[in-house]
Amino acid sequence: MPAAPPTAIHPPVHPPDQEEGAFWSKYVFSTDHKVIGLQYGMTALFFLLFGFILMVIMRWQIAHPGQPVPLVGPLLASVLGDTAAKGTISPDLYNSFGAMHGTIMVFLAIVPLAFGAFGNYLVPLQIGAPDMAFPRVNMASYQFYVIGGIIMFVSFFIPGGAAQAGWTSYPPLAESIPTDGQTFWLIGMVFLITSSLLGAVNFIATVIQLRAPGMTWMRLPFFVWAQFVTGFLLLLAFPPLEAAGIMQLMDKVAHTSFFLPTGLAVGGQLADASGGGSPLLWQHLFWFLAHPEVYVLILPAMGIVAEIIANNTRKPLWGYRSLVYSALSIGFLSFIVWAHHMYLTGMGTSISTFFQTTTMLISIPSVIILTCMFISLWGGAIRFTTPMLFVIAFLPMFGIGGLTGLPLGLSTSDIHLHDTYYVIAHFHYIVAPGTIFALFAGIYYWFPKVTGRMMNDFWGKVHFWCSLIFMNLIFQPMFAQGMAGMLRRMADGGANYSQARVPEAVGGLSAGVMGLHTYILWAAVALGIAQVPFILNFFWSIGHGRTVDCDNPWEATTLEWQTPTPPPHGNFTTPPVVRRGPYEYSVPGQERDFTPQNELVPEITASP
Amino acid sequence: MDIPYTVAIRPDTGLYNAKVGIWLFLASEVMLFGALFSAYILLRVGAQDDFWPHGWLNIPLGTLNTLVLITSSITTVLAWASCKMNQFGRFKVFHACTLILAATFVGIKSYEYHDKFTHYEITLNDGRIADGHLLESKPDRVVIRGRFVADRKDLFDLRAPTASHKHEEITLPRADIKRMESYGPWHHTYLAIYFTLTGLHALHVIGGAIVIGFLWGPGSRLWRRDPERFTNRVEISGLFWHFVDMVWIFLFPVLYLI
Repeated sequence: MPAAPPTAIHPPVHPPDQEEGAFWSKYVFSTDHKVIGLQYGMTALFFLLFGFILMVIMRWQIAHPGQPVPLVGPLLASVLGDTAAKGTISPDLYNSFGAMHGTIMVFLAIVPLAFGAFGNYLVPLQIGAPDMAFPRVNMASYQFYVIGGIIMFVSFFIPGGAAQAGWTSYPPLAESIPTDGQTFWLIGMVFLITSSLLGAVNFIATVIQLRAPGMTWMRLPFFVWAQFVTGFLLLLAFPPLEAAGIMQLMDKVAHTSFFLPTGLAVGGQLADASGGGSPLLWQHLFWFLAHPEVYVLILPAMGIVAEIIANNTRKPLWGYRSLVYSALSIGFLSFIVWAHHMYLTGMGTSISTFFQTTTMLISIPSVIILTCMFISLWGGAIRFTTPMLFVIAFLPMFGIGGLTGLPLGLSTSDIHLHDTYYVIAHFHYIVAPGTIFALFAGIYYWFPKVTGRMMNDFWGKVHFWCSLIFMNLIFQPMFAQGMAGMLRRMADGGANYSQARVPEAVGGLSAGVMGLHTYILWAAVALGIAQVPFILNFFWSIGHGRTVDCDNPWEATTLEWQTPTPPPHGNFTTPPVVRRGPYEYSVPGQERDFTPQNELVPEITASP
Repeated sequence: MDIPYTVAIRPDTGLYNAKVGIWLFLASEVMLFGALFSAYILLRVGAQDDFWPHGWLNIPLGTLNTLVLITSSITTVLAWASCKMNQFGRFKVFHACTLILAATFVGIKSYEYHDKFTHYEITLNDGRIADGHLLESKPDRVVIRGRFVADRKDLFDLRAPTASHKHEEITLPRADIKRMESYGPWHHTYLAIYFTLTGLHALHVIGGAIVIGFLWGPGSRLWRRDPERFTNRVEISGLFWHFVDMVWIFLFPVLYLI
C-alpha cells in the first residue's frame, strides 16, 4: 500500500436540493448522474448474469443433447412447459436461448454497463461538470432501458417463447416463425434504441458544453474521448436499425412485405404476402448498426484500460494524441465496414472488395491503440493491483480477438470460417476476456470512489486468475472446432454431422472435435463458480470493506478523484479549474509522483 | 446545484445546451429517415418491371399539403422572432396559425389515407380484375365505383397515355369474387413504404404540434418568469418543426412525383 497521500477527507456535504429520506426521489426517480449510473450498473450486472446462465444451459445441451439439464431442469420444465418437457431443452428453446443470450449480452448487459453505468458515473466527474447536460432526459433514458429489458425478459413466458431467429433476426426466418416472440423482441428493441439515443445526445452535449474551465479537448482523459466517440456511434448507427425494426414490425403486424421476396414459400406453401421485398435490405440495415455496435462494446473498455494503465504504471500514457485520433478514426471507419458480415449473401464480389479494404483499414487504428497501451507499460513502476491485473490481461486477450478477426475480414478465408465456432471464439475474445475484463477492472478501480471502501484484494486476485484461465479454456477450443467445420447455432452441438452418427460421410466432425464440448461445458461451469468470489466480494465490501482514508486512494490525477467520497449531488465542493493534461504522473521536480489536473503547484523553472 | 449554459451561451461553442442537444437529435433523425429512404431506393430498384406504381397518389392534394407545411414553417419563424422582439401577443397569433396549419396537414393526410383504405382491387373468378372505391358492401354483393382491367399490369401506371380513367358504378356478386384486397400497406411494397414513411412523418407532425401547443398554452406562463428561456424553447421546438417540414419536402417528390 502506498504512503497516505496528503489529500484530506472532505466533510460530508448535503446540498439543500437533496432531501434526506426521500427514498423514491433519491434512488428510483433520481436525476443525479451518479445514481442513474449505479442504476444502470446494477440492472446491467443482473442481465449479465442472466445471459451467462442461459449460455451455461445451452452448453449443457450442446455437450449432452436431449438429456435433462441437471439442477435447473425441473425449474425450466415447470416454468416454460412443453418446450422444456422433463427438463430437456427442445430445439425451439435452444434457439430462443441463443437469440436472447446475444440480445441480452449486447443490448442489455455490456452496452448499458460500459456506456450507461461507467459513462454516466464518470464522464461528468472527469470533465469537472456538476451533472449531465439534461438530467431528466438521463433519467428517461434509464427508464426506457428498463422497460425494454422487461419486455425482453417477459417474452420468455409468452406462448411460443422468446424470439428464436438469433440476435441478428434475419428475415424471412424471423418473420416466418409463427409465435409472438419476435414481435416482443422488436418492441423491446425500439425501447432500447430510444434509451441509447437519449443517452447518446446527453453524453455528447455534456462533453461539448459542460467541460470545466481549462478542460480543453486535448486535456480530456482518454476515457472521456472513448465515451464521446461511442456516443456518436450510438447516435448515428442506431436509427437505421430502428427504421429496420419498424419495417419488420410492419411485416409482422401490418402484413407488409419489406423483407419478404416474391414467391416465398413457408412450410411448403406460398406465403400470403404481396412479395417484392428484399431480405438483403434487412441485413444491410442491421449490420449498419451492428458493426459500429462492436466498437460501442470495445471503445469504453479501452477508455477504462487507458485510465488504469496510466494510474498503475505511474507514468503518462504513451501517445495520448495517437490514441485520440485513433479512436476518432475508428468511429468514422466503423460506419463503412458493415457488409463484411455479409460476404456469403451473394451481394457481389466488387462490394466485397470494397468492404474488405475498409475492414483492413480499420484494423490500423485498433492496432495503434493496443500498441500505445503496450508501450505505456514500458519503464513503468507497475503496481500489480487487482484492476491492473485485469487490464494487463485485457491487452493480449483483445490482441487474440483482434488478430483472429483478420481471416474473417478477408472474403476468401471467410468462406471456410463463416458461421462456425471460429467466429464465436473470435468475437467472444473481444467481448468476454476483453470488454468484460476491462469492466471488472473498472469496478475494482472506481469502487472506493463510489462507496468509500476498497474491495478485498485477495479475493479479487482469485477472481482474476480463475476468470482468466477458464475464459481461455472455454474459447480457445472453439477456434479448433470452427476450423474443423463445426457450425454455430446447432441445437445438437453438431451431433448430426459427426463421424459417430454418419461414419461414411466425408469431413464429418471427429470424436476429438465433438469431445471438446465436454471440456468447454465444465470450463463454463467453473467460470460461473469463479464469479462467486466477485459477487460476494462486491456486496460484502459495500458495507464491510476496508474504508479508504482519503478521497484519492490510488493517487490518481483525473478530476473524479478530486471530489468528496462518495461525490455528493452536484459533485464538486468548489468548481474545479483545470490546469494541465490528464496523466501528469512522475513529473520531474515535483514532490509527489502525481499532479492532479486541477492542482495549483508552483511552476518548475529549471531542473535542480 | 445549477447546470451551466442551460440559458446562457457558452462562449467557446457559441451555443446553449439544448441547442446542441436538438442538433444531435436531428442528426439521428436524418439517419432514421435516411435509412427508410434507402429502403425505398432498394425496393424500387429491385421491383419487377411494370409493377412499380405511378400516379397512385393525388398530386394536387400533395402540393396543397406541401404549401401548408411551408407556410407553417414561416409562421414558426415569425413566432420565434416575435419572442425575440418582445412581442408576446404576436407570438400567440403566429403559433396559433402554426397549430391550425398542422391540423390542416394531418386532416388532408387522413383523407388521403382513407382514400387508400376504401380503394379495392378485386379479382374475379373469371380472371378479370375490378378496381375502384367501395360504395356499398352487402353479404351478397359489393358495389364499387371503378373499372375492369384484363391485365393486372394496367393498374400500375395511371399516368400512361393509354390509362383509362373512365369510372363507373359496378355491382359484383360475392359469389364471383375470388380475392378482395384494399390498397393498405399489405397490398404492395410501394404502399408499405408509403404508409411507413408518411405515417412516421405524421407522428412527427403530431409530436411537434403537441410541443408547440404546450408552449402556446400552459407552457407560455414561463414567458413572464424567464422570457429568455422561453424564447429558447420556442427556438428548439421550431428547429424540430423545420426538420419535419424538410422531411416532407423530400417525401413529396419521392412518393408523389417520380
